[in-house]
Amino acid sequence: MSALRVYVEGVGLWSPQLAGFASLRQLLAGHAPPPPPPPPRPEAAMLPPNERRRAPESVRLAVEVASQAVAMSGRDGSTLACVFASSHGDQAITDYMCASLARAAAELSPIRFHNSVHNAPVGYWTIANGCHAPSTAVAAQRASFGAGLLEAATQVLAGQCPVLLVCSDTEGYGPLREVTGCTQSFGCALLLAPGAGPATLARLELQLGPAPATSALDEPLAGWSAANPAAASLPLLALLASADGRCHIAAGASLGLQLDLTGIDPLESVA
Amino acid sequence: MPKPMTPLAITAYTATSALGHGVAAQLDAFGHGRSGLRPNDISRSPLDCWIGRVGGVEDTALPEAMAAWECRNNRLAWLGLNQDGFLRQVEAARRRHGSARIALLLGTSTASIGATEEAYRRLDPDGGLPDDMLRPALHAPHSLTAFVAAALALDGPCLTISTACSSSAKVFASAERMLRLGLVDAAVVGGVDSLCDSVLFGFNALELVSSSPCRPFGAARDGISIGEAAGFALLERAALAPDAPQLLGYGEATDAYHMSTPHPQGLGAELALDEALARAGLRTTQVDYINLHGTASQKNDEVEAVLVNRRFGAATRASSTKGYTGHTLGAAGIVEAVVALQAIEHGLIPGNLGGDSPDPACGASFAWRNERQRVEVALSNSFGFGGNNACLAFARAGFAA
Repeated sequence: MSALRVYVEGVGLWSPQLAGFASLRQLLAGHAPPPPPPPPRPEAAMLPPNERRRAPESVRLAVEVASQAVAMSGRDGSTLACVFASSHGDQAITDYMCASLARAAAELSPIRFHNSVHNAPVGYWTIANGCHAPSTAVAAQRASFGAGLLEAATQVLAGQCPVLLVCSDTEGYGPLREVTGCTQSFGCALLLAPGAGPATLARLELQLGPAPATSALDEPLAGWSAANPAAASLPLLALLASADGRCHIAAGASLGLQLDLTGIDPLESVA
Repeated sequence: MPKPMTPLAITAYTATSALGHGVAAQLDAFGHGRSGLRPNDISRSPLDCWIGRVGGVEDTALPEAMAAWECRNNRLAWLGLNQDGFLRQVEAARRRHGSARIALLLGTSTASIGATEEAYRRLDPDGGLPDDMLRPALHAPHSLTAFVAAALALDGPCLTISTACSSSAKVFASAERMLRLGLVDAAVVGGVDSLCDSVLFGFNALELVSSSPCRPFGAARDGISIGEAAGFALLERAALAPDAPQLLGYGEATDAYHMSTPHPQGLGAELALDEALARAGLRTTQVDYINLHGTASQKNDEVEAVLVNRRFGAATRASSTKGYTGHTLGAAGIVEAVVALQAIEHGLIPGNLGGDSPDPACGASFAWRNERQRVEVALSNSFGFGGNNACLAFARAGFAA
C-alpha cells in the first residue's frame, strides 16, 4: 500500500497548560516565560450562549479545539465533514448516569442522557455550524487519535474533500477515573485537505504497519501524554509545531501509523 | 453529489436478535409474523415497557482466553459471531488476505456500559470500583471492537463508530473507503448493543418509551420498544465473489437541527438518501424495498413517512421491522441491513408489524402485510441522536443499475 497523503491546514489544541497551538509552539521554542495557561474551562466561544451554558465539558472541549483548527484554515465550518474521536466520551456524564442508575434509576435526567451519546460533541458542533456534511464519532481506546486520523485521512482521499478531525478526552471523574487513567483533559483538532492550498501548513503522509514503539517525548509532553489518551497526538503536534520529521503512533492494538511531516510555507504553495 | 462507486461483495452476513440466533430464525419470524418483543424482565428496577431481549445470552460463555472481556455485551457479540458459519467465513478470509489486511469496523451506542453500571452498584466501601471490575478495557466505548478483534485475531484497522442509532450502518461507509483506497482487502463490519439500565431509563426519561409493544407508523404509536442485537457482515471486492449480494452505495448526512429530535422536514435523512442513490447510480424507481428506521416515536415516523411519500412511488415497498426486534439502537443498522439482504435473497418483504391502524400520513408504499416479490434493490435507513443519518443501498449479485 502506498502512503496516504493529506495536507494540514489548521491545528487546534487545548489542555489545562495550553490555550492553543501557539502555546505549544512557544513552549517548544523554549521561549521564557512559558505560555500562560488558559482559563480553567475551554471557552468554546462559537457555541450560542444558551448552548454553551448547558453544554457538558466534553462538548466545550471538542468545540474549542475544532473552532481553533477551522479558524486557522479559513474554511467554512458549515461545509466540513467531521470525525470526532474520543476514548471515553464524557466521563462526568458516564459517572452521573451509573451513579444515578444505582441510586434512583427513574430520576435520570433526560438532558444528561441525550448528552451521554458518544456523538454529542459532533452533534453540538454541526448544530452550531449549520453543517449537513457527514459526521461521525469514533473510539479506539488508547489508539483513538491514530485510528481517528486514519478514518479522517480515508475520508479526505476517498471523498476528495476537507475533513475536520477532533480527538479529545475530558478529565476522569468519580470511580471511573481509576480505570480510564485520565488525570487531565486534552483535546486537539486537525483540518485535513486532499491538496495543497494557500492555507496549507504541512504535508502529512501516513503509512500503516505493525504497531511499533510509539515516539518518545520529552517532559512535560511525556507526562501529558500519559495523562490522557487524546494526547497520543503529541508526537505529531510537536512535529507540526517545530520541524519536519517522522513519528510513530498507535492506530490499534496491533497496528501502527508512521507519520511523515513536511512543513510547507503557505506562500510557497500558492505558486 | 458523490460519483458512483464500485459495488462491494457481501460474502457473509448474520444477525442475532430477539427473533432468535442467526438469519434463519429471523426469516422464520417474519414469515409467521411473530414478534420477539416481551414484557420488560431485565431492568434492575421496574419499568413498564416491552423489550427485545435475546434468549440464551446468559448461557453463552466466552472462550477461556477471553475471560477478561466477560460482560453481557461481549457475550452477545460472541453469540452473534457463532451463527451462520460467520467465524468460519472470517477464518477463510484471513487465510485469503492476511490478518493485517482485514479491517474491523463495529458500531455500538453503549458498548459494555452495563458492566460499568454493575460496578457502580457494588462499589467498594472506599468508593472505588470492585476488584473484579478493575478491567479498564471494559469501561470504554471500544470494548466491543477490541474484544471482537481479539476473538477474530484481526490486525488491520480497528475502529468503533458510535453515532447512536446510525452506528452500525456507517461502518459500511468506512469499510468501502478503506477497500477503495487499498488499505485492506476485506472488512468485517457490524454492531452490537445490549439491554442495560442506561438506555431503558434514559429513553424513558425522554418520554420515548411505550408501555405497549411498539407500533411503528401506527396512528396511535406512543414510543419505542428497546431491543438488543448482534450482527456482522464480511465485505470483499466484488470480483472475488461475483455471486454474492452487493453493497451498491451509502449516504451519510447530518441534520444540524437538534440533539434528540429529527429535522422536521427530514433534511439530513433525504441528503443521506440522495448520496446513497448517487453512489449506487440508482433512480428511486429502481428501489424495490426500503427497510425504514421506523422507531415508533412520534417524530421519527412522521418525518420518515412524509419522506417516503415525497420520493418514492407505490412500486417501492417500505416497512419498519422494529415491531419484531425492538429498536436495537447501535445494532439497528446491521440488523436491518440483514433484513434488506434477506429481502433480496428470499423475495420476502416483511410486513410492518404494529401498523394495524396506520398513521394516515403513510402512503401507498407501505407494506402492512408480508409481500412476496423479487427484490433487486433494497435500501436501509438508520437515523441517530445528534441528527446523524445513514442510508445503505444493497442489490442482488450481478445487478447493473
